Amino acid sequence: MQTETNKPRQETVTEDLGIEPVSPKREIWRRLKKDKVAVAGGCILIIVVLLSVLAPFLTSYDPNAVNTAARLQPPGSPGHLLGTDHLGRDMLTRLLYGGRISVAIGFAAVAIAMFFGILIGLLTGYYKGLLDALSMRFIDILMAFPYVLLAIAIIAALGPGLLNAMIAISIVGIPYYARIVRGTVLSLREQEYIEAQKALGSSDLRILFKHILPNALSPIIVAATLDVGWMIIAASGMSFLGLGAQPPMAEWGVMLSGGKDFLRVAPHISLLPGMAIFIVVLSFNLLGDGLRDALDPRLKQ
Amino acid sequence: MNEKYYLEINDLKKYFPARQNFFGRSRSWLKAVDGVSFRLTRGETMGLVGESGCGKSTLGRLIINLLTPTGGEVLFEKQNIFQFTGEQKKEMRRKMQIIFQDPYGSLNPRMNIGEIIAEPLHIHNLARGNGVHRRVRELLDHVGLNPQHADRYPHEFSGGQRQRIGIARALAVEPELIICDEPVSALDVSIQSQVLNLLKDLQQELGLTYLFIAHGLNVVKHVSTTVGVMYLGKLVEITGGDELYRNPLHPYTKALLSAIPIPDPRLKRERVLLSGDVQSPIDPPPGCRFCARCPAAVEICSREEPILLEYSKGHHVACHLIGGDAR
Repeated sequence: MQTETNKPRQETVTEDLGIEPVSPKREIWRRLKKDKVAVAGGCILIIVVLLSVLAPFLTSYDPNAVNTAARLQPPGSPGHLLGTDHLGRDMLTRLLYGGRISVAIGFAAVAIAMFFGILIGLLTGYYKGLLDALSMRFIDILMAFPYVLLAIAIIAALGPGLLNAMIAISIVGIPYYARIVRGTVLSLREQEYIEAQKALGSSDLRILFKHILPNALSPIIVAATLDVGWMIIAASGMSFLGLGAQPPMAEWGVMLSGGKDFLRVAPHISLLPGMAIFIVVLSFNLLGDGLRDALDPRLKQ
Repeated sequence: MNEKYYLEINDLKKYFPARQNFFGRSRSWLKAVDGVSFRLTRGETMGLVGESGCGKSTLGRLIINLLTPTGGEVLFEKQNIFQFTGEQKKEMRRKMQIIFQDPYGSLNPRMNIGEIIAEPLHIHNLARGNGVHRRVRELLDHVGLNPQHADRYPHEFSGGQRQRIGIARALAVEPELIICDEPVSALDVSIQSQVLNLLKDLQQELGLTYLFIAHGLNVVKHVSTTVGVMYLGKLVEITGGDELYRNPLHPYTKALLSAIPIPDPRLKRERVLLSGDVQSPIDPPPGCRFCARCPAAVEICSREEPILLEYSKGHHVACHLIGGDAR
């Protein structure tokens, strides 16, 4: 091993073959595109979002305009593609506007739950100790309650309403994220690149947000995608029970609830919003499953 | 103490809790590093060898303050590094760096290597704007990598190349002391010598001091001016590099030396084979820790713990059987 130090250093330099660097993101996108089912889910979601956003341009009706002369029209009636409800409101219009609220609530609730969940998970997983022990026991207690019961209890304290329902289901979602993030952080903090970062004198903040969080993101993204669907169901459920959005607001849960008295004469009033919820939640689940496989191919088996 | 010593380790200890009771109190301790002392002069390379689990990596992490010691002190230029806070601590981080064993785990997989090497520059505000880019290219070139590959990700490189990236990152802060924690044991033999040569070249150019941790004496032989041998959390022998190979004193050192393969099948030699397993470092019994496996152990060995004494100039050994009249 005695070498004359004639600069033999360049010996392992690889030739520049003109290959584009493969970033992890690009690789994930490539794998996701191969998954037909996930792509279908994603496409449906894009269509749903576009339809909801463009609702005012797609229909000329007001979602809350009552027309008693045209009550309970079946789907396919002239002027009302999907019929009307018991107050003569255009179903298609209400579905489109309802999609705005449901999707927005789903995303907002997940964003709130994710924000606090990530924060708690990062801090407890990284610092461990007493803080960790206490907050994890508290989270155990929260998770011991059935989700819906806990949400109802929180709404009972805050008072019914769309915003309060959203806050309630977000709070219910926080422990879920805190758990996922904490688990990932616990293993990441022992990695040598985190030690290297500490040895370099990096601040905890920099380590947490620049090195740990980006590496903990995959499971969070998967969980969040699957969770948007759950949040939409939960929000609609609260509205159905009269704890969330209040009539006459065009919201899928409210519409379901409003149609339940007319199931025999006009099943479409409940059926249509129910199907809308079904399709959107299914799409989120398909996309979420595809994302999980793309982010971590090892899990596929 | 002596003026010329650059780094002094005094009675350094690190105990990890082994079994805990319900309240988190520990009843027994894993004594990973148990009273280690040695000194380093500037520009020298101290090799530290010992088998897996003997505490050598823990010792390295204590010296660079990645772990908090249970007892003892590390004097870096006469100052105890464990008393540093805030700015002082950050300043110390610039002077001491570490190179890790696992070339796969020591680089953040989500960052390209340009970003990885730029991290220390940002942390210590050593360069701005275009200067960061220039310095990163300079460092890549310095460790023998193509500067044009700064936008590639760690998974696109081989083990040896990744190790070079780790070295470039450590060099970015212009350190004086580098702890090399088994930097080549995860590499192919052919790549090992390349990385060792790189480390040697860098030492000559930049006047670095190394603490070189390895699990075999053969790697250490080529780089070290001083060699320390560790067994179960204790230094058993420490001496100038050549002296150790010519005149090993401690039975454990002899066994380690006889384990170095010689590339000649006809050469017969006496091998010292150790029987039994390494003792558990959890609550070790009194006496010499090597006693249960030592071929030469006598009665006193299981009763009294030998201390590290100077046998000849610069050659210290902890064994009851060496230098009888000194004890």
